Amino acid sequence: MAEDNIIELKNITKRFDDDGSIAVRDFNLSVRRGEFVTFLGPSGCGKTTTLRMIAGFDMPTEGKILLDGSDITLLPPNKRPINTVFQRYALFPHMNIFENIAFGLKLKKLPREEIVNKVKHVLDLVDLEGFEERSVATLSGGQQQRIAIARALVNEPKILLLDEPLGALDLKMRKEMQIELKAMHQQLGITFIYVTHDQEEALTMSDKIVVMNRGSIQQIGTPEDIYNEPKNAYVADFIGESNIFKGIMTGKLKCRFCGGEFVCMDDVDEGTLVDVVVRPEDVILTAPEEGTVVGTVTAVTFKGMHYEITVESGKYEMVIVSTRAQKVGDTVGMCLEPDGIHVMIAEDHTTRFEATVTADLKLDYNGKTIECDICDIIPGSRIVEGVLTDSAGSAIDTDRLKVHVSIEPGDIEMSDDVDAGLTRGHIINLIYKGDHYCYVVRTDHGHDLIVDDEYLWNMGDQVGLILPEEKMSFALKK
Amino acid sequence: MKYRFTRKQLAIPYALFLLVFVIAPLVVIISYALTGSDGHVSLKNLAGFFSDPNTMGTLLYSLMLALVTTAVCLLIAYPVAYALAFSQIKRRSVILLLFIMPMWINFTLRLTALKEILTLIEGNLAFHPFLNSVIGMSYDFLPFMILPIYNQLERMDKSLMEAASDLGADRKQVFLRVTFPLSIPGVVSGIAMVFLPAMTNYVVLEMLYNSTYIMGSLIGSYFSAYDWHGGSMISLILLALICIFTLLGGGNKEENARGGSLV
Repeated sequence: MAEDNIIELKNITKRFDDDGSIAVRDFNLSVRRGEFVTFLGPSGCGKTTTLRMIAGFDMPTEGKILLDGSDITLLPPNKRPINTVFQRYALFPHMNIFENIAFGLKLKKLPREEIVNKVKHVLDLVDLEGFEERSVATLSGGQQQRIAIARALVNEPKILLLDEPLGALDLKMRKEMQIELKAMHQQLGITFIYVTHDQEEALTMSDKIVVMNRGSIQQIGTPEDIYNEPKNAYVADFIGESNIFKGIMTGKLKCRFCGGEFVCMDDVDEGTLVDVVVRPEDVILTAPEEGTVVGTVTAVTFKGMHYEITVESGKYEMVIVSTRAQKVGDTVGMCLEPDGIHVMIAEDHTTRFEATVTADLKLDYNGKTIECDICDIIPGSRIVEGVLTDSAGSAIDTDRLKVHVSIEPGDIEMSDDVDAGLTRGHIINLIYKGDHYCYVVRTDHGHDLIVDDEYLWNMGDQVGLILPEEKMSFALKK
Repeated sequence: MKYRFTRKQLAIPYALFLLVFVIAPLVVIISYALTGSDGHVSLKNLAGFFSDPNTMGTLLYSLMLALVTTAVCLLIAYPVAYALAFSQIKRRSVILLLFIMPMWINFTLRLTALKEILTLIEGNLAFHPFLNSVIGMSYDFLPFMILPIYNQLERMDKSLMEAASDLGADRKQVFLRVTFPLSIPGVVSGIAMVFLPAMTNYVVLEMLYNSTYIMGSLIGSYFSAYDWHGGSMISLILLALICIFTLLGGGNKEENARGGSLV
């Protein structure tokens, strides 16, 4: 039911004025009343920017924000019934705890007695009774965090926004606060929108998780959905440990990957290229002769509750979690139950760009020449005395000619020499896919392209991208 | 084997400096102030200062001049510092530099230029001696007011202002309840840096043809008349005044010290 949504974000896009970079791209989300929603993603994925737009600190470039059905897109923060818990608490250092918490109430001109009661009540709620007269500087990080929560909650907001509120706390404190926040959420019935980069935190606390990457929503779902049914390789890689392989559907509910054929539960058309996600805890180790795939143990790490075992099978590598230890060098078999295999249709990672035709009838991309025979691209064309002519013999205007060039991720090579290839860029993301790494390289022109490479490069590495002409396919732009 | 200095040994040069240039002159001033021309200890100089209507008049005039100058500087500097600290303009360091740059030009040259401009506007500088002195001093001391306030505002955690607005404060309330109270250390050190020089810097007055004495010129006049005792007493009184103002304004010492940093 639509009226059950407390807040709706419609086609929100945020472009920063100073450099034109896009922080959030076409973001659509509905939050139900009383829900605990978490924005999850690495730093720079746009989660905090989205939160700031809900709070009113940033205005979206495009799109609308509806609160209880009414448009609040351009409303300043002080006019929104929404309160924020800031990452670094943002308690006012020139006020004591009482004044900090009473700040919003005093602005509303409530009677003094009511303010005192409300402050006492929220201090009770965050377990800091009697702290009214203390100064901010005398509190520990955890206590400051609680005061920040109290200061937001005392205004009885319709939505509470929390921007990585536990990021500055130590592990033990963080775990405690996670449980307390969850309890508070259940007790108060206020809608919480929570931002974190910690996937475990998100899985523990949320009713709904929004996984974000590079400004776009990757997946929205319950913690179980996100963990068990990741929508793409990015989500699978970000949430929990996972083995990701390239595979192909070989029949109904049959999938071939990692050198073996497995029965799976996802009905995908035969012949489709897929990404397969296998969680380490779903791999069953067996005797070599019983396994679907056989491999050699290359590493065993004791992790307290379990062992983390790395098995190499041919050119593939699989990480397995098991309560039983294995010896390095042992040969083991591996099996998978159908529900332990998650199949996703592989995304199309082909790089496409446009090239122009130069006067000497070569292809040009950003000032670099692509060696190829233009007559192969335009059917029936010939070069007659340096002039390109079509099959009928009349000259073709090369100035207006554009050629689509495409190349597969596996055909692009990366080089240390940044000027070695057609273009260059830096690595902004990498995912290990069993036998190779899948890189996202952002070129200096701001384009992202996908490169498959068997060697390990680091995040942020500057690389030259060599696009071999013989691997390119060309098509004339109509 | 390398010789390693101990902390104490490293402190010796500074201690010597302090002794020669701070402690010794202070001792000399105090001893002169508290003795008469006959060499005997007396409080005659002190009594003389407070009973002489001329010196008291000078003290009042200096206070007035310093007060008005400080107020003018503050009124100009705060909005400038605020705009610089919070605006989105890209090259704000360049704009800041524009305000600081006059400090790099020789002081007398600047005042001469100002004198010419004021003469052009007013015709004769003698008509508005007080006003001219305020203008001259404000022009001179403005950077010393802008910098500490700018530093304080610029360093402020912007999320505090966002938090205030988030809790329901409109722009005016955000300023009055959060931004301004938190910028007070900068304002205090700005005042300290403008008010005290404004009481003594008589060169400004002299160059702008204001013949009224202020505290600085008063001390100078005693010394040039070889009255070391009376001059020292006035210096001492001024020092006491400075101490009182600093103590009054510097309630939050630590932040004040940071707010005072110029660069």
